[in-house]
Amino acid sequence: MSAVATEVREEAPALPPINPPGQRWTRFILPVYTILMILYLASPIFVMILYGFNDIPGDRQTGKFWGLTLDWWKNVFNIPGLPEAFKNSLLIAPISAAVSTVLGTLFGLALGRYRFRGLRGVDFVIFLAIAVPEIVLGSSLLSMFVLSESHLGFTTILLSHIGFSIAFVAVTVRARVQGLDRSLEEAAQDLFATPLVAFYKVTLPMIAPAILAGFLLAFVLSLDDFVITNFVAGQTNTFPLWVFGAQRIGIPPQVNVMGTMLFGAGLIAALTNVLLKRRKT
Amino acid sequence: MAEEESVVGGAASGGPTSGRRTLGRRRRLVPYGLLSPGGGYLVVFFLLPLVLMIYTSLQSGGLLSGGFSFTWDWRNYSSVLSRYEAHFIRSIAYSLIVTFVALLLAYPMTYWIAFYGGKWKSSLLLMILMPFFVSFVIRTLQWKFILGDNGPVLGTLKGFGLLPDDFRVLATAVAVVAGITYNFLPFTALPLYVALERIDKALVEAAKDLYASRWQAFRKVVWPLSLPGVFAAFLLTFVPATGDYVNAALLGGPGTRMIGNIIQDKFLTENNYPEAAALSVILMIAMVILASVYARILGTEEATRAAAAV
Repeated sequence: MSAVATEVREEAPALPPINPPGQRWTRFILPVYTILMILYLASPIFVMILYGFNDIPGDRQTGKFWGLTLDWWKNVFNIPGLPEAFKNSLLIAPISAAVSTVLGTLFGLALGRYRFRGLRGVDFVIFLAIAVPEIVLGSSLLSMFVLSESHLGFTTILLSHIGFSIAFVAVTVRARVQGLDRSLEEAAQDLFATPLVAFYKVTLPMIAPAILAGFLLAFVLSLDDFVITNFVAGQTNTFPLWVFGAQRIGIPPQVNVMGTMLFGAGLIAALTNVLLKRRKT
Repeated sequence: MAEEESVVGGAASGGPTSGRRTLGRRRRLVPYGLLSPGGGYLVVFFLLPLVLMIYTSLQSGGLLSGGFSFTWDWRNYSSVLSRYEAHFIRSIAYSLIVTFVALLLAYPMTYWIAFYGGKWKSSLLLMILMPFFVSFVIRTLQWKFILGDNGPVLGTLKGFGLLPDDFRVLATAVAVVAGITYNFLPFTALPLYVALERIDKALVEAAKDLYASRWQAFRKVVWPLSLPGVFAAFLLTFVPATGDYVNAALLGGPGTRMIGNIIQDKFLTENNYPEAAALSVILMIAMVILASVYARILGTEEATRAAAAV
């Protein structure tokens, strides 16, 4: 998810540290604090990874750590219902991300490149779509699906996920478009490229990183979403929904294993992004 | 930005001989063309549902007595307001504490990263965002184990006799507030970071050259310039935190239920759609008013830029 953060801004050339801290011990306060905060933010992740190897006597996670085992990794898909939920999540996320990336990119282009009547209103709608609490979005979507007597399930989840992802993709793309040097595209047009060709050959490659970042963001948002999905899912399960339902009787350690897998995949994607960017600069 | 339109117009008129006027008009329609697919989608799956939720909230009847029908039944509102006033107040109180604590926790960290992070900036920011790679529900559940009555923290402290045996954190307001704070901290950190990172570091130097102490330079230069980020962080933490119910459901007890828990129960367990919708509409209106005031005074730029930096 940091993808965009590392993409949309041109990194300022490294300045020498301003305000060079004195030689007193106080100069360690902020760096140590930052490291402690990062450890705090990561602590549930450590617990999750560790408890995926916990050799518990039963088949539900306990607070106590008993020793290491690979059993849960070998039997990841051995829990009834869980693989189906996991599969639904992995199916919905890419479709939702792809559709919302297309719609959101066009939207972001319009917001970032043009001044038009109603721009402020559209801006405000996007702002609202990001700021409104998820529970309001979820319950309003359910109200609509109930009134229209729609069957709740895979389709309603997918439609809802696309809806809440568009705004995020749009602002991601907009941020990049606003930072673009328009003169490049004009140069292309001066060289007799039609506006459409200039867009494909010049603009699109330049905003491609933001589009990719928007896609990844939409993917993660969909994969992780609980609140909205919970409202519109009916009897269908996704990974977070299944975990929430299972926690009443205790979660099987396989949940930690799957969580670890997703975390690993996300981390690899993000690190690749950072490395690619470092090579470019 | 203002000259952009003229640039576009200029490029159009400079094109090959095609009718200048039609091209100009077509150009003016381009943004609407780009907006319409996504905009249409948002109208159907964002704005229309909000309207239909208001419609639902004015229905009356019961699921068993022949379903609900629209009757302009405003009593739903007075009825839920009087019954769940405490939950509204509790949600707002929790959310205010969460926002305040999260700002206090995140500011020094984002300040250090933005000013002294150097070439590690992106990597450090990535680490702050790391929790996003693990499902919200799973992270919260792990806190349930960490904070458990005999878990790694309390169990150890009790073992050393530092805490009484019946001491607990789970099922208390502390657990819920701590859980929400943890979960929303990245949302607080991002706008702060975006604002702090943008500050021209030379300004701090200038202040120092004018004999400002480090503290004075911070208070007179950095802090005021970071305020837009603080306000954006406030909005992006407070609003979603008020509607949260997952933390209260997983970490809290009967005495810590928030308005979100009531809404989800009424919608999904009791199937009392009109009352559930009325509660949700009240929450929505409160939050939209807050967001509008914010946007009116400070604009939407800062908050959406932070969202773009996720």
